[in-house]
Amino acid sequence: MSTDSQKNADHSPILEFKSSTFSVPVLILATNKLIAIEKQLQKKIYLAPDFFKNSPLVLDLQYLNKNNLDIDVTNLTHLIRRLDLLPIGIRGGTAQQNQQALKVGIPVHFGYSVNPLSKMKKQEIAKPKAPEVETIPTTIITRPVRSGQRIYASGDLIILAQVSPGAEVLAEGNIHVYGSLRGRALAGVVGNTDARIFCSDLQAELISIAGNYKISENLDGVVPHQLVQIYLQNHTLVIKDI
Amino acid sequence: MARIIVVTSGKGGVGKTTTSASIAIGLAKKGHKTVVIDFDVGLRNLDLIMGCERRVVYDFINVINGEATLNQALIRDKNCNLLYILPASQTRDKDALSQESVGKVLDELKKDFEYIICDSPAGIEKGAQLAMYFADDAFIVTNPEVSSVRDSDRMLGILSSKSRRAEQNEEPIKEYLLLSRYAPNRVKSGDMLSLNDVQGILSLELLGVVPESNSVLNASNAGIPVILDEKSDAGQAYADIVDRYLGENKPHRFIDEKKGLLGILFGSK
Repeated sequence: MSTDSQKNADHSPILEFKSSTFSVPVLILATNKLIAIEKQLQKKIYLAPDFFKNSPLVLDLQYLNKNNLDIDVTNLTHLIRRLDLLPIGIRGGTAQQNQQALKVGIPVHFGYSVNPLSKMKKQEIAKPKAPEVETIPTTIITRPVRSGQRIYASGDLIILAQVSPGAEVLAEGNIHVYGSLRGRALAGVVGNTDARIFCSDLQAELISIAGNYKISENLDGVVPHQLVQIYLQNHTLVIKDI
Repeated sequence: MARIIVVTSGKGGVGKTTTSASIAIGLAKKGHKTVVIDFDVGLRNLDLIMGCERRVVYDFINVINGEATLNQALIRDKNCNLLYILPASQTRDKDALSQESVGKVLDELKKDFEYIICDSPAGIEKGAQLAMYFADDAFIVTNPEVSSVRDSDRMLGILSSKSRRAEQNEEPIKEYLLLSRYAPNRVKSGDMLSLNDVQGILSLELLGVVPESNSVLNASNAGIPVILDEKSDAGQAYADIVDRYLGENKPHRFIDEKKGLLGILFGSK
């Protein structure tokens, strides 16, 4: 970032203005949703907390305004300051946004050189959408799963009632059972070895994670009415109290 | 609005027909016009328990096939003039029933009756499925033993997935537990599942516990439903069940062992 040079002609050098160039991160926004922005920023900061701590930042709103996405600069500034980042300039804003920026003490920068779109395609465009893609649908069952019933969930499966003997619950993700688990529970059925089973009363006929299973005969040591989790470690099912 | 009650269990011999007969009489005696239908086509028993086997002319299948009208097939109970019986056919099998035809008969009965009781056959095949398909309420008759409890659980699964209410995403069938042939002394000695054991697996609203009683067998053989034997435990239990179903708040009985005279005198447990 450069500032106009303005030489002080005073004879005693109390202070001096000099033109200098800094390398400052520019935050190019592709969405006007503050919650999404905050989440994404938190994620980034989490990756390198020292790098971002009190780091100066220039806000670039050109892409937003090109797409007629309005954003409240006051709120945006508060959000960014809350995350211990220091906005030191704004560019590509509308007249109203520039005014808001000045009110919260952020200089407005008019000069514009880089095409944010071409840059953004490489860096940011896909990223703000990422959290939505990651959300897997969770199935919640509130009625008892009776003998002979079968429930399949493509994400996580949460059962707030009992699973009767002879019933079968399957999930591609994790399984939570908050009643008694007396039937069969199979988590990670398409091979997710990180899937887990959580249950408040393990009396299951069979438990399985990613195809590794134990039948009730091998669950003799398990105390009923005890909160446990089941996970996979070196291809063996581990049952642990929580 | 008429309510359709299915009396079902999955397992055979637990007391479905005894229950259907007694509940039907109980409701009719309370002033509700009631009909009880025997869905056990080919193995009809309800007429025997109700003591009307010699008055059967036409049956359920005749009505379904259009060979008789409903009025011709319905038998008025000899004890209670608000109660009618629709007997099953003994010469056909369950294939004679279809969802559409059963629905038609039930729709017609709904115009006339307050309560329609469907006495389900054992098993989970066609007869049992059609008996419960149109139900609003389900009485799950269970004996305190593991296979009966498991079969009831299976039946509950079918009720919540294959009934009309489930298929049309309406309010689910209201399910009630009726624990029959309960013997508190055998529960105490550990030979029989306790009410708590059963509820641990089924967790349903308990409508009543019917104690094991000789009067049930005597009543069945005589063709007089046990609810009419007001002196017997089982008869009183069924009367309580009807009252509770109709919304009365009656304390549960017959769950704990009766104390003998000596037990009371000496305060032994």
